[in-house]
Amino acid sequence: MIYFDNSATTQVAPEVLQTYNTVSQKIWGNPSSLHNFGEEAWNLLEQARQQIANLFHVNPGEIIFTSGGSEGDNWVVKGTAMAKQRFGKHIITTSVEHAAVRNPTEQLKDLGFDVTYLPVDKEGRIDPADLKAAIRPDTILVSIMAVNNEIGTIQPIKEVGEILKDYPNIHFHVDAVQAIGKGIDDAVFSDRVDFATFSGHKFHAPRGTGFVYVKAGRKLAPLVAGGGQERGLRSGTENTPGDVAMARAIRLVKEGESAAIKREQAIKERIYDHIKQFDHVKIFSGRDQGFAPHILCFAIVGVRGETIVHAFEDQGIYISTTSACSSKKHSEAGTLAAMKVPEEEATSAVRISLGDQNTLEEADQFNETFDKLYAGFKKIIE
Amino acid sequence: MDYTEIMVRYGELSTKGHNKKNFIDRLGANVRKALHHFEQVKVHAQRDRLHVELNGADYNQVMDRLQDVFGIQNFSPSIRVEKTFEATAKAAEQMVREQVKSPVTFKINTRRSDHKFPIDTFAMNDRLGGYLLEKFPDLLKVDVHNPDLTIRVEIRLNGIFLSSETIKGAGGLPVGTAGKGMMMLSGGIDSPVAAYLGMKRGVSMEMVHFFSPPYTSPQALAKAKQLTSKLARYSGSIRFIQVPFAEIQETVKEKIPEGYLMTVQRRMMLRLAAAITMKRHGLAIFNGESLGQVASQTMESMLVINDVTSLPVLRPVLSYDKTEIIDVAKKIDTYDLSILPYEDCCTVFTPPSPKTKPNLEKTRKYEERLDIDGLIKRALDGIEITEIHSGEDFLNQNEDVFAELL
Repeated sequence: MIYFDNSATTQVAPEVLQTYNTVSQKIWGNPSSLHNFGEEAWNLLEQARQQIANLFHVNPGEIIFTSGGSEGDNWVVKGTAMAKQRFGKHIITTSVEHAAVRNPTEQLKDLGFDVTYLPVDKEGRIDPADLKAAIRPDTILVSIMAVNNEIGTIQPIKEVGEILKDYPNIHFHVDAVQAIGKGIDDAVFSDRVDFATFSGHKFHAPRGTGFVYVKAGRKLAPLVAGGGQERGLRSGTENTPGDVAMARAIRLVKEGESAAIKREQAIKERIYDHIKQFDHVKIFSGRDQGFAPHILCFAIVGVRGETIVHAFEDQGIYISTTSACSSKKHSEAGTLAAMKVPEEEATSAVRISLGDQNTLEEADQFNETFDKLYAGFKKIIE
Repeated sequence: MDYTEIMVRYGELSTKGHNKKNFIDRLGANVRKALHHFEQVKVHAQRDRLHVELNGADYNQVMDRLQDVFGIQNFSPSIRVEKTFEATAKAAEQMVREQVKSPVTFKINTRRSDHKFPIDTFAMNDRLGGYLLEKFPDLLKVDVHNPDLTIRVEIRLNGIFLSSETIKGAGGLPVGTAGKGMMMLSGGIDSPVAAYLGMKRGVSMEMVHFFSPPYTSPQALAKAKQLTSKLARYSGSIRFIQVPFAEIQETVKEKIPEGYLMTVQRRMMLRLAAAITMKRHGLAIFNGESLGQVASQTMESMLVINDVTSLPVLRPVLSYDKTEIIDVAKKIDTYDLSILPYEDCCTVFTPPSPKTKPNLEKTRKYEERLDIDGLIKRALDGIEITEIHSGEDFLNQNEDVFAELL
C-alpha cells in the first residue's frame, strides 16, 4: 500500500506508541494529585511541556495541551470572542480556512459578531493589503492558517504580522495544523503571532492530542472550564500519556525535518512534472516555495474526485478528495471555490498529501498507476 | 575570534588596603571553583588583575560562568600575540573585521608594563591607529574622547594582549570574604533574594530550613533544596541544614494563645538558628524579612522576636518593595520556583489574625508554659545536613528516566 493521505492523519510512530504505553502503565497517576505518585506524573508532564517549548524556542508556560486541532481552533476563536467582546465584535479570517475555524466564526455571527472573510488569489493566497484594509477599530481577532490543508498554499504570516504590529490589541491566531515539520516555524512563532494551534495525529502522535501556543500576557477565556488544569485555560484531567507521546513525536519530527522536507518536495515534483503533461489534468498546487512540500492538489477534469480516489484505492494507493473532513459530504471544495476554480474542475479535484515515510519509489509507482488509470478515464471523458 | 585568555578586573576590593591579598586569594579560589569543569583553564590571580588562561576552552562558556562570580567588576576576552608590531596589527585588523559592520569611531588604548619593549605607549597608539585607518578607511574614524570601540593593547612580559569588549561582571565581594552566615530559607520569594544579596556582599551562606512533616509536604522540602541548588551557582556549593519543626509547632499551637502563635513560633525558629550559628561558627543570621510586609515583619514584631538572641540578624531585603524583590528573584531565576504552591511551615499554622504589635512581656510570660530547652534540644538532635551543588535537581529526580520517554 502507498499512503498519500498524510494530511488526513498519520500512523502513530512505534517509539511514540511505546512511550504512550509505558506512561499509561507506569506513570498513570493524576498530575493534580498531591501524593508523590501524582507528583511524578506532574513532573513528567512538565518535562514534556518544557521539551516542546525548547523545540520551538518559547516558554513552557506558553504551551497548553488540548485534544487536537479542532479544539484549539475553536478555543482561540471563541475564547477571544468571550475575552474581548467588550472591545469589539469584529473578526477577520480567510475564505480558505479549515472548518474548525470557519464554523466557529459562523456560530459567532449568530451571536452578533461580524466576520470578514478575506478573498484569495488564484494560488489560494490572501493579499496582506486586503487584510490591512479590513481592519476596523472593533477588530479583535485575525485568524489565518499557515498552510492550507487542501492545496498547500503557505499564507503570508510574516507580512500579516508586520501589519498587525501597528495594532497590538488585535489577537493574531495561526492555525498551524498542517505546518509542523514543514520548515516554517520561523513564521508561525514570529514575534507578532499570539496563538498557534497544533494537532498531534498529523505528525505520528496519537489521536486526541494537540496543543495551542498561547503567548504570555495574551488573554483567552477557557472553552473547557472546570478543575483548572493547564493554568485554568483548559480543564480536564491531563492526558499524560498522549501529551508525553506527542512531545516525543515532535522531537522526532523536528530531528528529521530538513531531510523530510527535501524528500517530500522531490516526490511532489516528480509527480507534478509527470501528471502536468496530460491534457485533462489541472494542477492547483504550485511546486514553488509558496507552497508546502507535502500537498499536491489536482483534477482530472471530467472525472469526479471520488471516482479518482476509488480508482487509486483499487490499486493500493490512498489519496483523498480535497479534505478528509468534508470529503464525505460531496460539497465542492471550499478553497478551490474561493480561488474561483470552475465547479466542473473543483468536483474533479483530489489531494495527495505526503509524509516523512514516503519515498521516491512510491512516486514512480504512483506515476505508473496514474498512466494506466488515465488511459481508462480518457474513454469516459472524450 | 580565537581568544586566548579572559582578563578580569577587580571591583571594590582594589581599595581594601591590607586585606587586599586575602580578597584576591579568595577571588582566585572562587574563580577556580567556578571553572573547575574546564580542566585546561589556568587562573592567575595577580595584584591588579586576574588572568584566565583558556588553553583552548570555549570562551563563551567560561565567560558565562564568570558572570556568577562575585567580586568581579568586569572582564574582557583577549587574544595573545607574539611581541611584534606586525602580529599586533594583524590581530587588531581581524578584530575590526569581525566586530565592525557599519562605520564607528574608535581609539587604541595601550598599556605597557614591559618597559623593555621598544615601542612605547604613544607610538603604539599612533602606529596601530594609523594601520587600521589605512585598512578600513570607510569603517573607522578616530575619536579619543568618546569612541564606540576601544581596542586595548597590553604589552606584558609574556606577550601582547588585545581586547575590545568589556563585559560587566556580577560586582560585589568574593563569597567567603565576609565570613559565614546562616540564612533562614523558607521557600518563598524573599529569602532566596536575601541569600543572594548576602552572598553578593561576600557572605559564605549556609541554609537553615524548617520543615514540619506531615504538615509540610516532601515537595516543600524539595523546593527549598532546589532553591539552594539555584543559589549554589554563586559559590559552587551550599550546605543545607534541615531542622524538624513539627513538635515545636504542635506544642506552641496547644499552649500559646492564638494571637501570639506566630510570634512564639518565630522566636523558636530564631533560637534554633542562633544555636546552629554558634555551633557552626557563623557570625550572623540572615532572613528575608522586608519591613511591614506581613504581621511578623513590623518593627514591633522584630523587636519581640529578636529578643531571643544577641547575634546580629541581618535583613538584606528590609527596605525593598515587593516588586523590587520580585525583579531580583526573576533575575536570579528563583521566582518560578518560589511560587510553586507547596505549603511551608510558615504558612501551615498561620493564625487568622496574628498580633502585628505583640507585647514583649506577655510573650515572655506565655513562653513560660513551654519546655523551651527540651524542644530546642530535640529539634537540634534531628538536624540533617547535606551539601547541595549547583545544578542538582530535587523537584524532578526522574528527569533522566523521563528523558528516555521523550
